[in-house]
Amino acid sequence: MTGFWLQSDLVNGFRNAPLAVASALVVAVLVVAAAFAPWLAPHNPMDVASLSLLDSFKPPFGMPDADPANPLGTDNQGRDVLSAIMFGLRVSLLVGFCSILLAALTGGAIGLLAGYAGGLADAVLMRIADIQLTFPAILTALLVDGIIGAALPRTMRESVQIYVMIFAIGISLWPGFARTIRGSTLMERNKDYVLAARVIGVPAWRIALTHVLPNVLGPVLVIGTLGMGMAILTEATLSFLGIGLPPTHPSLGTLIRFGNDFLFSGQWWVTAFPGLALVLTVLSINLLGDWLRDALNPKLR
Amino acid sequence: MTLLSVRDLVIEIPSRPGLTRRAMARFIDGVSFDIDKGEILGVVGESGAGKSLTGAAITGLLPPPGRITGGTVELDGQRIDGLPPSMLRRLRGRRIGMIFQDPLTTLDPLFTIGQQLVETMRTHLPLSDTAARARARDWLDRVGIPGADRRIDAYPHEFSGGQRQRVVIALALCAEPDLLIADEPTTALDVSVQAHIIALLHELARERGTAVMLITHDMGVIAEIADRVAVMYAGRIAEIGRVDSVIRHPSHPYTDGLIGTIPSVAHRLDRLRQIDGTMPRPDAMPAGCAFHPRCPKGFDRCRQDRPLLRPVGDSLAACWLA
Amino acid sequence: MFAFIASRILQAIPVLLAVGFIAFALFAYVGDPVTIILGQDATDVQRRALARDLGLDRPFLVQYTRYLWRAAQGDFGISLRLAQPVSALIAERLPATLELAATASVLALAVGVPMGVYAGIHRDSCVSRLFMVVSLVGVSLPTFMLGILLILVFSVSLNWLPSFGRGPVVAVGSWWTTGLTSWAGIRALILPAVTLGLFQMTLITRLVRSEMLDVLRTDYIRFARARGLSDRAIHFSHALKNTLVPVITVIGLQFGGIVAFSLVTETVFQWPGMGLLLVQSVVSADIPVMSAYLLLIALLFLVINLTVDLLYFTVDPRLRAEVRGR
Repeated sequence: MTGFWLQSDLVNGFRNAPLAVASALVVAVLVVAAAFAPWLAPHNPMDVASLSLLDSFKPPFGMPDADPANPLGTDNQGRDVLSAIMFGLRVSLLVGFCSILLAALTGGAIGLLAGYAGGLADAVLMRIADIQLTFPAILTALLVDGIIGAALPRTMRESVQIYVMIFAIGISLWPGFARTIRGSTLMERNKDYVLAARVIGVPAWRIALTHVLPNVLGPVLVIGTLGMGMAILTEATLSFLGIGLPPTHPSLGTLIRFGNDFLFSGQWWVTAFPGLALVLTVLSINLLGDWLRDALNPKLR
Repeated sequence: MTLLSVRDLVIEIPSRPGLTRRAMARFIDGVSFDIDKGEILGVVGESGAGKSLTGAAITGLLPPPGRITGGTVELDGQRIDGLPPSMLRRLRGRRIGMIFQDPLTTLDPLFTIGQQLVETMRTHLPLSDTAARARARDWLDRVGIPGADRRIDAYPHEFSGGQRQRVVIALALCAEPDLLIADEPTTALDVSVQAHIIALLHELARERGTAVMLITHDMGVIAEIADRVAVMYAGRIAEIGRVDSVIRHPSHPYTDGLIGTIPSVAHRLDRLRQIDGTMPRPDAMPAGCAFHPRCPKGFDRCRQDRPLLRPVGDSLAACWLA
Repeated sequence: MFAFIASRILQAIPVLLAVGFIAFALFAYVGDPVTIILGQDATDVQRRALARDLGLDRPFLVQYTRYLWRAAQGDFGISLRLAQPVSALIAERLPATLELAATASVLALAVGVPMGVYAGIHRDSCVSRLFMVVSLVGVSLPTFMLGILLILVFSVSLNWLPSFGRGPVVAVGSWWTTGLTSWAGIRALILPAVTLGLFQMTLITRLVRSEMLDVLRTDYIRFARARGLSDRAIHFSHALKNTLVPVITVIGLQFGGIVAFSLVTETVFQWPGMGLLLVQSVVSADIPVMSAYLLLIALLFLVINLTVDLLYFTVDPRLRAEVRGR
């Protein structure tokens, strides 16, 4: 089986596209850095006890007064920027991944239902999806975040913020998944193997799950990858605006917001490096997604 | 008088463009034929025989990455293969016109047919806007569109398939070319309309002395209006000659097979006749004669040596049997 | 034609009502408006008085209708944070946002469309590949990062352009203010407009290029070539027109992106527009402003959709025929 996979068109094409390989590599490195941050990071920026104001505002490697222990410099309280980035990346990737997962599961279920059942359910569900699609995702996420935030008692807000974010971003992205899966489902539904299963008497839900679903996964993978880039950006934007993740559990966006204050006084590294990390992450994911889309596109084969 | 002369034309297309090794496959392998002024040459064969490619190559419209890698194409004694794109462009429409198969997609949906006619004429002929428009109206009349005065400002989607093909013919001929390449002009049309379009083509060609290269897989159409016919198989010409000779006394077994596949109202048949097997792909050509695997009369030499066109009666055939 | 418009408006009404419902529910039920306005230490008497004033003792449907009725007249209540009528706040901020959005859109179109056309025609040239790389980066670069970058370069290092605020503004008419009349005002507009417009521009470039490539592969372009039409006629008359028709729809719908990203741009540059107002109200849970924003945005999008449909209608002759019922 692995042999078959290794020789497939997909993997071959992958090997021949250096850009895709490079971006996959970058993504892999970032994921590892983020996942193992508590062990890999040189310092722990969360541990207040280990911070010393004497370390504050050390410039990054290459500039005068740089300290090799902090290759990317430190912020106003002596926190190591590199470590902060690794932990921040962790949060960013986690939120991005979970929200896309949520969007894929809800959107997928709805799309499958709409495509398979057809009729009124289909019309209503797709109408709702269309209406939501006319609003940019970030706006939806913002409003959902704001509404939930307003509804929660002030004390709870910080601790559940990460779940609220995942929910808000997931909600903002489900229509894309729903539409795509519905489209694929409609195509598959009329194919012979589905008709055969129906004739035999297999229950609808079973057909949908075991026969149709595996065949619609291709486009889902593409949208999922591209959507993840978007989810991460959305989260970063919301955090930057101050309505995302709080400074106690910062994501890359929060770090950028935080560092922005020091831009004018010359300590540009506190905001620049997290920014760079963010762009690199999203760019690699987008490149990977772009390549995936071209590789899986039947029209181009 | 020879208008178009094609000699030993070779067209190659890389089989896996871009990625790995570039294995070039010969889609057209040594095709030669002439078309005289005012003559209608039918080019017939199964799908994939290379008929359309030949037509495209003559006007320099081969879709890349395909290329002409051998042979010559001469128009009125001058070589036109290998001309720079700017000069080729001036030939197209003005000296060589072309019609494609699907009238529903050949016309730009956002411009009226009057605009498209005027544009084509003014690109090639020194006409004022008013003069061009008047001619456009005449052309619409000539190709049989009723109410030309109103219809000239209509959009393509307001016409039926058959009418659109008439407009396409007008567009191809309005700059007064000497040669018209018609690539499957009736294949996408209803049977009832096909006859009208073919008759129209015939009429116009005779009237204006335009030579026609009529590409089709329908032998019946060839029998109707062509003067000569070239039978193509697997990128090569199997037989070429005057229509009545070739149809009545086919020299190549493939031609014989093709003619036999035309169902006739006159005879009763229990089964439709067909030629067994399929045409070989350009990257998997058999040695010797390309047709031998399907040929009922093949023998040893056919498997080894590729036959070239040689005279048989007043036609030419590429077959060892002759 | 009128039937078309009428049917679209009819379709829009339930959407407006649904959004209005959400906005109202937000307004009336999220958080406790009485506590928010009066604070924790209000007496019961004060609470009840306020509740009566706000109409909170009436049945749901009545409150809903009253809310919609007032909204239709422009009364969205009082901002919890600033204690001013929401409508006044909006009126104050709207011109700033609109000027910014309009400038950004014009920039995006003026640069994006030609770039996309060029990249579509010369698809394998170095320049076109460069464009595509730039646009890919543009899609991956969050708006706020771009803003920060521009500030870093043009304000901090070079000190050419201001980094926040709108500069001097001049009142025009009864409520509009514009910054375009003074050079200083224009200078203040440049960086935010570029920031906002860049994302749009990359989107437009990619879209136009992709459409152009599709169009250049069609049969009618092939036929145009077979007729010997000049490259100029083929690319800039036939291909371009056919490309722009679907592009118009998407561009129109993408206007939503401008509105959304204006939130970010306004925050980065402290541009006193509606976006900044919304962000501040989300942070401080200022419900009336949020509800008003929701309603207005819904209205805006519906209007945009209708306009795009009408535009599509005028440009594509096939649609006109369809509706006429030929």
